[in-house]
Amino acid sequence: MIQALNSAMDIMMTRDPNVVVLGEDVGYFGGVFRVTDGLQRKYGEHRVLDTPIAEGAIVAAAIGMGVNGLRPVAEIQFADYIYPACDQIFSELARLRYRSAGEFWAPVTIRTPCGGGIRGGQTHSQSPEAIFTHVCGIKVVMPSNPYDAKGLLIAAIEDDDPVVFLEPKRVYNGPFDGNPNKAAVSWSEHARGEVPDGYYTVPIGKADIVRAGSQVTIVTYGTMVYVCQAAAESIGLDAEIIDVRSMVPLDIDTITASVSKTGRCVIAHEATLFSGFGAELSASIQEACFWKLEAPILRVAGWDTPYPHAFEWEYFPGQARVAGALKTVMESR
Amino acid sequence: MPRRSRLHTPKPHSRPGEKPDFSYLETSPAGAVPRPDVNARVRDIGNLATDLVRVLDDEHRAVGPWHPHLDVAELQIGLKHMLLTRVFDDRMQRTQRQGKITFYMRSLGEEAVSVAQAMALRPGDMLFPSYRNQGLYMVRGRPLVDLMCQLLSNTSDMCKGRQLPVMYHWAAGRIFSISGNLATQFPQAVGWAMAAAIKGEDDIAVSWLGEGSSAEADFHYAMLFAAVYQAPVILNVVNNQWAISTFQGFAGGEQRSFAARGPGYGIAGIRVDGNDFLAVYAVTQWAAERARRGAGPTLIEHVTYRGAAHSTSDDPARYRPKDDYEKWPLGDPVERLKKHLIALGEWSEERHAALTAELDAQVVAAWKEAVTHGTLGEGPRLNPDTMFEDIFKDVPPRLVRQREQMCSEQT
Repeated sequence: MIQALNSAMDIMMTRDPNVVVLGEDVGYFGGVFRVTDGLQRKYGEHRVLDTPIAEGAIVAAAIGMGVNGLRPVAEIQFADYIYPACDQIFSELARLRYRSAGEFWAPVTIRTPCGGGIRGGQTHSQSPEAIFTHVCGIKVVMPSNPYDAKGLLIAAIEDDDPVVFLEPKRVYNGPFDGNPNKAAVSWSEHARGEVPDGYYTVPIGKADIVRAGSQVTIVTYGTMVYVCQAAAESIGLDAEIIDVRSMVPLDIDTITASVSKTGRCVIAHEATLFSGFGAELSASIQEACFWKLEAPILRVAGWDTPYPHAFEWEYFPGQARVAGALKTVMESR
Repeated sequence: MPRRSRLHTPKPHSRPGEKPDFSYLETSPAGAVPRPDVNARVRDIGNLATDLVRVLDDEHRAVGPWHPHLDVAELQIGLKHMLLTRVFDDRMQRTQRQGKITFYMRSLGEEAVSVAQAMALRPGDMLFPSYRNQGLYMVRGRPLVDLMCQLLSNTSDMCKGRQLPVMYHWAAGRIFSISGNLATQFPQAVGWAMAAAIKGEDDIAVSWLGEGSSAEADFHYAMLFAAVYQAPVILNVVNNQWAISTFQGFAGGEQRSFAARGPGYGIAGIRVDGNDFLAVYAVTQWAAERARRGAGPTLIEHVTYRGAAHSTSDDPARYRPKDDYEKWPLGDPVERLKKHLIALGEWSEERHAALTAELDAQVVAAWKEAVTHGTLGEGPRLNPDTMFEDIFKDVPPRLVRQREQMCSEQT
C-alpha cells in the first residue's frame, strides 16, 4: 500500500507540474512511513517540501498554494496530530469556495495515517474520520487496500474539492484480520495487492462490494474490512461485505440496496462508537430500509475511551466483537 | 521591594471618564530613522522594529530618507482614495443605523494603511486582507455598487448572501476572500507567496491582521513559514491599539513592539507611523522590493488608532475615553496628507470640501443603484436555492435532495 500511494503521487507529479507535496519529514527522508520515499530526489526541493512541525501552517500554506494554482498534497504525519490544523480545514479549506461564491477554492489533498494496532498508544492510533464528515465542503476517503489506495489518491489529487485522505496504517504492509498473534501477511498474496504501474483512478464516492453474500450486510472500511471478513468466515456466515471507501460523498445506494436484500446489517469501524460514522450509516440505512430489516442494525466499534497503549487488543474491535454482533443480528427476528 | 512572584494584568492608560494618556507610545521624530538597503540583513536592521518610521513632520513637510518623493498627482489620488473610504464608511454606518444593512465596520483613522499600501504594490500582487481594509478595494477600483450589494446580501451580492457584511472578495482584483475567523489569512498568504516563488513568478503576497489577532497561532505559523522559506510576502500588523475592548497590551504589545517579533523569527521588522501616508507608502515599497528580489519577507507594524467602534455592534464609550481618538498623538491620516498637500501649495480647504462633496454624491448615487438589486426587506431577493451551491464544485445528490425538501417547505 505504501508503494501504491507513492506511485500515485509520483504519477501525478509527472503528469501535472502543479502537484507539490509538503509535510513533516516527507522530503529528504521520504516520510516516517516511507510513503514519499524518493519523491524529493526525483522532483526537487521545491516540489517536495520538508516543513516545520506546525500542522496548522502546513494546511494553511497548502490552501494559499492551492489558491495560487498548485495542487498540494499535504501529509499530516499521524491523524492524531491533525487537530491544530482543524481551524484551517473546517473554517477555511472547507468553506472557501462557498464563502467566495466559487471565486476562490483550493484543491488540497490532506493525507494522514490513521488507526491503531501498531502499539501507538493514544496519540498514534486514532481514527478521527467522523469529525471531518461533519464539516460541509470536504470529501473524506479511506482506502483499505493498495489498488484502491492508488486509484483513490490519484482521484483525490485531481479533484477540485478538498479531500481528507485517511490511510489505515495497520494495513500499510498487508491485510490484517484482527489477530495480532498471527504472522503478518504481505499484500503480494492478496488480490487487491496487485497494483498497475500506470495511471488509473478509483472514483471517490463509490462503495465496493468486497464480498457478495445473502445473509447479512457488513458495512465497514479501512482495517476493519479484513477483520469483518475473517469474523464472518469464522462463524460460517454468508455475509455481504461493503467497503465504504468514501464517507463523503457516501454511496448510500449501494449500501441500502444490499441491506434491503439481506435484511440484516452490522456496521463496523475502529473509531470510537459514540457519534462515530457508524451512527450516520445506521440512521441513513434505517431511514431507507426500515421495512426490510429483520433485526436492529448493530454497530461494532472501538470503545468510547482513548486508545490505550497496554490494552490495545482489548480496545480493538476484533473478530470476536464483530462475530458477537453478527450472531446477535442473525438471532433477532 | 517584595521578592515574590506576581501576576501582571496589562491595563490601558485611560478608561472612560479619565483623561486620554498616550505616554506609553514611543515615537521617533520624522525623518530620524535611517533607510537601509533593501537587501540588508535582518540582524543589521533591528532598530527598524523599535523606532518609528515617519516622513511627515509637525510642519506637514516630508523629510528624511524614507521620503518616497511621489508626484503631486499620486498624493492627490491617495488623498482621494482615503477620503472615499471614509465617506463610504460614514454612509454605510448610517445605512446600518437606519436598519438597511445588518452590520458594518468602519476603518476611521486607519485609511492610510490600506490606501498607501495598495498604491505602493503592483496590480499582480495578491492581497489577503482582514475586515478593516476596505481602502484596498478603493485603490484597486472595485465599483462601490458591488461592495454595497455585498453589504445588502442582495441579488448582485458577490457572496450570494453567504457572508456577513464587509467580508468581500475579488478574484479578478486579486483580493482574497475575508474570513470571519481571525488571522487565518496570514499563513495562507505565505503559502500563496511560496507558490509564486515555486512557479518563478515575481508577484508577492501581502496580508493584514490586527494586533489583537496577532495572538492567534496563525500569526506565528505565518511568521515561521515566511522565515523558513524566505517567502516573498509582506505581513502587516495593524496596531490600532484596541481589539474590541481589549487594549493592545493584552496582545503582547506592552513589553515589546509587534514589529520586534519580526527579528525574533529572522524576519525584517519595521514599525511605522500608520497615520503617515508617505511613511506607510515608503516602507511598503521597501518591503515589496525586498520580497521581489528574494531578500525575504517583512513584518510591518502600523502604529495607528481605531477611531471608530469595532463594529456597529460595539460601543467604545464603555471601555475608553470618548475623546481618546482626538488626542491620539499621531493625528488623523486624511488630515495629515491634506495639510501636506496644502503646504506644498497643491491643495486647499475649498478643494478638499468640494472633493468630499463629490465623493459623497458618488456614494449616494451608488447606493441608489445598489438598492435596485434588492435590500434585506424589499425588492428582488436572491434565490435561496443557491445556498446549496459551491459547497462542492458539483452539487452532490444529498444536497439536491435537501434543496428539494427546502423548496417543498416554501410552497
